[in-house]
Amino acid sequence: MSTLLFQNGRVIDPAQGVDRVTDLYVVDGLVVGLGPHPGLTPDRVLDCTGKIVAPGLIDMHVHLREPGREEDETIETGASAAIAGGVTTVACMPNTEPALDTRDAAEFVILQAKRAEQCFVLPIGAVTKGRQGKELAELGKLVDGGAVAFTDDGAPVASAEIMRRALEYTKMFRRKEKFARPVDEFEDRFGKAVLVHAEILELTEGGVMNEGAVSHRLGVRGMPGVAEDIMIFRDIVLAELTGGKVHILHVSTAGGVHLIRKGRKRAEELRRAGKPSFWISGEACPHHFILTDETLTEFDSNYKMAPPLRTQADVDAIIEGLKDGTLSVLATDHAPHAPEKKAREFDQAPNGIVGLETFLPLCVTHLVEKGHLTWPQMIEKMTVNPAKVLGIDRGTLVDGAVADVTVIDPAVKWTIDVTKFRSKSRNCPYHGWPVTGKAVATVVGGEVRMSTLG
Amino acid sequence: MHLLGLEHLSRDEIVGLLDAAVEFVGVGRQVAKRNDLAGKVIANIFYEPSTRTRLSFALAARRVGAETLDFSPSGSSTAKGESFIDTAQNIVAMGVDVVVVRHSSSGAPLLLTKHLKDVSVVNAGDGAHEHPTQGLLDIFTLRQRLGRIAGLTVALVGDILHSRVARSNIHGLTKLGAKVIACGPPTLVPSEVAQFGVEIAHDLDAILERCDVLNLLRVQFERQRGAFFPSVGEYAHLFGMNGERLRRAKADVLILAPGPINRGVEITPDVADCRNSAILDQVNNGLAVRMAVLKRACEL
Repeated sequence: MSTLLFQNGRVIDPAQGVDRVTDLYVVDGLVVGLGPHPGLTPDRVLDCTGKIVAPGLIDMHVHLREPGREEDETIETGASAAIAGGVTTVACMPNTEPALDTRDAAEFVILQAKRAEQCFVLPIGAVTKGRQGKELAELGKLVDGGAVAFTDDGAPVASAEIMRRALEYTKMFRRKEKFARPVDEFEDRFGKAVLVHAEILELTEGGVMNEGAVSHRLGVRGMPGVAEDIMIFRDIVLAELTGGKVHILHVSTAGGVHLIRKGRKRAEELRRAGKPSFWISGEACPHHFILTDETLTEFDSNYKMAPPLRTQADVDAIIEGLKDGTLSVLATDHAPHAPEKKAREFDQAPNGIVGLETFLPLCVTHLVEKGHLTWPQMIEKMTVNPAKVLGIDRGTLVDGAVADVTVIDPAVKWTIDVTKFRSKSRNCPYHGWPVTGKAVATVVGGEVRMSTLG
Repeated sequence: MHLLGLEHLSRDEIVGLLDAAVEFVGVGRQVAKRNDLAGKVIANIFYEPSTRTRLSFALAARRVGAETLDFSPSGSSTAKGESFIDTAQNIVAMGVDVVVVRHSSSGAPLLLTKHLKDVSVVNAGDGAHEHPTQGLLDIFTLRQRLGRIAGLTVALVGDILHSRVARSNIHGLTKLGAKVIACGPPTLVPSEVAQFGVEIAHDLDAILERCDVLNLLRVQFERQRGAFFPSVGEYAHLFGMNGERLRRAKADVLILAPGPINRGVEITPDVADCRNSAILDQVNNGLAVRMAVLKRACEL
């Protein structure tokens, strides 16, 4: 029996409504409870005085590139970056080469993650074979291989018919195992989620940034925000039609926030009326609530992403959506690219930035420090809320839970240095940025993977 | 000194370049060839097809005594997969003073300034962003013909959305006090163009009588496929400059066209060749402007 004590930290566990200074005991990889346990003698003590003890952070939106683009990232380097950033579980996107659209591909990810011995890595399967948008992938076999959700992320499911069928079909993939964490009946009703990369391709063809005043100034082909809004609307109404589970990835527009807010209200009304309802949730990535398209005037490809950086009005709407709960999930869209790929002409450089090692400090600095969210609100969006979207038994420190724990120094001020990243890639616009807050210990299944604590 | 665009030049810098270009008019023909840039090497790196701009830069360089290197990606190491930056660095390593770059990607010249050392970059057109020497030569030509810029009403007619020539003209003309009207269908003249301090017009006939200068942008036929307008014929009907419209314009209206022109589309032959047209002056002035620009580029 091995016993780990997180001593005297401010334990914040939103799933249990806990926020108090206390001890947390872990025995053989499972949480045994908060408060003093006189009968237990710890083998290791982490002094968490002045620190926050939170459930291990979940980043449900990362690209690990393996297999196929190991020059950008591997499952091992990505999982190491996660640990450095305080993330104990990542869900990885299926836009690998080949696409993660088969059971063996899902099992390969899980095997590589076990070999890496860093964080948990949960595969997300493709909705369609080869992410081509033509035929459904073998979703049931993917579930058996460990896939926790489905998406063609990087590209939309352009066909409304295929999206509709995917939402219907995935309803049958209900939870089979018993969870340590409490599960709301509503959460459990809709099967596995389909994660939406919302983009009407006809409207974005050739586009490389947000369409607006800045793109017109720079003479760069833009992508209008409505290209995102239209598909968000489509998938919300398809969720209602099918009673399915829809999660909107990387929401970047004020219109998208508005539509999700309306959709959630509608789903709640149906639920209250005892009628068939549906799941709709949304996620925000740090760059979409920190940066705007004004950063692109130097044509720096580290600011190039999809969906693109938009306007201050969109940033404000996303922050509002985070505050009122419309956007229940924070995630990174960690998208590593080798340096030579980003050092190209702006319109030819690939989309995306790395995020795992800047996730927590950016959220602390730009959401908590600025007073938009409380610590428990932010942590909820990084733990139990993504766990609910994915339907996984993670995201809380309830008794019996797998002991994924992130200890956070809430006050430390430091400067982001991309040269220190454990990720293989350096495509990050925040080099040299001052930030507050940092993960000081990352514990996965009771194993201390990273700690700077005494 | 780099020349990436007119947006970030001050009024005085623009006037300085226009004034400097005056003494280069006719150099190598009416006036003797010069040796201002003797010993300097100008590399023309053209990643996009170009006839007049490329020839104009090459001839301008030679008439002020510089040597030129010419690069285009077809049949080169680019076809073997070499990146834009690597290619430029290799050319510059041969001992180059100025890189003149044309590229289909907006921002490509700025990218070069971040990767090249001890060399000046001159933008010869990047995507739909800027084409500063074309903007300068257009402004130079109208100043030459009309004697002033401030107070003039200049209409840019056509595809503002995709036009680097339009952007450079707008930045230069507004700084020098001209009133600029951007005229074309809303698909090609979106409302965001108003941020440049220009008037937006969708009816050429309604603004004709007010214009001192009409600069007729080339219609790119591929835009028809993109549903920006239904047909070339309809474009000519609504926005083409023809003899009938010329009669309704001011008697001394100046006609410019950055070219290459599509006769019968944005401009009919009778207008292109009339006494109001300064199209061939533009070509000649382009040499003078580029000589001045290259000389400035060689100064630190």
